[in-house]
Amino acid sequence: MIKLFRRDLTLAVRSGGGFGLALIFFLIVVVLVPFAIGSDQIMLSKVAPGVLWLGALLACLLSLDRVFGLDFEDGTLDLLATSPIPLEGVYLAKVAAHWLTTGLPLTLAAPMYGLMFNLDFEVQQLLFLSLLFGTPALSLIGSFGSSLVLGVKRGGLLLSLLVLPLYIPTLIFGAQVARSAATGQNFQVPLVLISIVSLITLAILPFAAAAALRINLR
Amino acid sequence: MAPTRKLKGYWDAFWRLANPKVFMGWSRRLLPFIIVMAAFCLSTGLIWGFFFTPDDARQGSTVKIIYLHVPAALVAINGYLLMFFGSLFWLIRRQHVSVLIAKATAPIGMAMTAIALLTGAIWGQPMWGTYWVWDPRLTSFFVLFLFYIGYIVLWSAIEDHDTAADLTSILALVGSGFALLSRYAVLFWSQGLHQGTTVAISDGVQQERISDVFFQPLLLSMAGFCLMFLALLLIGTRTELRARRLKMFEVREQML
Repeated sequence: MIKLFRRDLTLAVRSGGGFGLALIFFLIVVVLVPFAIGSDQIMLSKVAPGVLWLGALLACLLSLDRVFGLDFEDGTLDLLATSPIPLEGVYLAKVAAHWLTTGLPLTLAAPMYGLMFNLDFEVQQLLFLSLLFGTPALSLIGSFGSSLVLGVKRGGLLLSLLVLPLYIPTLIFGAQVARSAATGQNFQVPLVLISIVSLITLAILPFAAAAALRINLR
Repeated sequence: MAPTRKLKGYWDAFWRLANPKVFMGWSRRLLPFIIVMAAFCLSTGLIWGFFFTPDDARQGSTVKIIYLHVPAALVAINGYLLMFFGSLFWLIRRQHVSVLIAKATAPIGMAMTAIALLTGAIWGQPMWGTYWVWDPRLTSFFVLFLFYIGYIVLWSAIEDHDTAADLTSILALVGSGFALLSRYAVLFWSQGLHQGTTVAISDGVQQERISDVFFQPLLLSMAGFCLMFLALLLIGTRTELRARRLKMFEVREQML
């Protein structure tokens, strides 16, 4: 499992594609927002937490179809299915690699991008925390979606159609953390709730995803 | 002892419906009856509601949208529930008909969700002064609409029937978990403008309840919508079964 995790990590970093692209996409979204809604500093700092969350979420979508897609095409997944590791473990290793190459960089970059929106230090901290607790859920849900659409040719659009509605609770709680910090409300409740979402998905989705993988490999 | 045996009889009968032939025969006999009942309830309920009830003191005649809005919403939500159970029975025991029922539910449920949203918007304009607010109830209904779309799209994307049935069932199960989660997350996110439940059977508990003048035709129209849903569902499922059978014949023909 650890080997698989390291292999995925190396593949993601070396073969171009996901690793840097998500960050750059995120940056572009952040730059585009002021063009869309005007350069008013106060308004921008008001919408910034939501925009950053939305940007991170969309950037996360980009690399999802390669979580299982490439391995399914070249037959690696068949080998993995016959290996002693259960498919649930394969899923978890891949999710971990995906999170480390997209979720974590996005989380680290978000406060920096927050500077461009003139965010307070405290809000930035909480944005960072909410992304740290929330992005694992994004990777988990997204990889589950990826396992569902394996057999579909050009499933990218379908994938985002299926995954985005599932992202709603995570987005609500995540953006709420930073927003309530900005308005001085209690931020602990949404922070706990977003951790709960991550943990629930961690507990349930491995089995659902493994079942979907088995069906697709049948 | 006797009631449990009777219950077990129903239970067995339920699983016997997995046999498409049994289901076809049973539904063929039931369908005309349901259609007639649905037509009766709908026409009586709607005509009664539209023409023979007084206008509301504050809302005027716009209150009559309720006879479409509430039943459609009721059917939309319970349709998703039916989809959940249909998928569950398919995954656990390969109940062939149940997954087709789930498949047939999705478009009807989606249409009902759209009706509820549209009539709600039309009602909201004169009452709240806006077609749309980001209210928890409205928003979670919109989310429900998205879940229906995802399910239908996944069905149409996968060619092999059994694979599609399995994968959409998994999506339906996971999706209903997330739909429920979204429902409560949305409550957390915003305060509402939509009124709470006023259509309830339990009398004493409710503080504010819809008056009987409106409630009786509404009940009839709700029954009508449910029966109409059932009729459409049976027709849809029968079509699916026939389509599968046809495909099987085609395959057999090619092999000969």
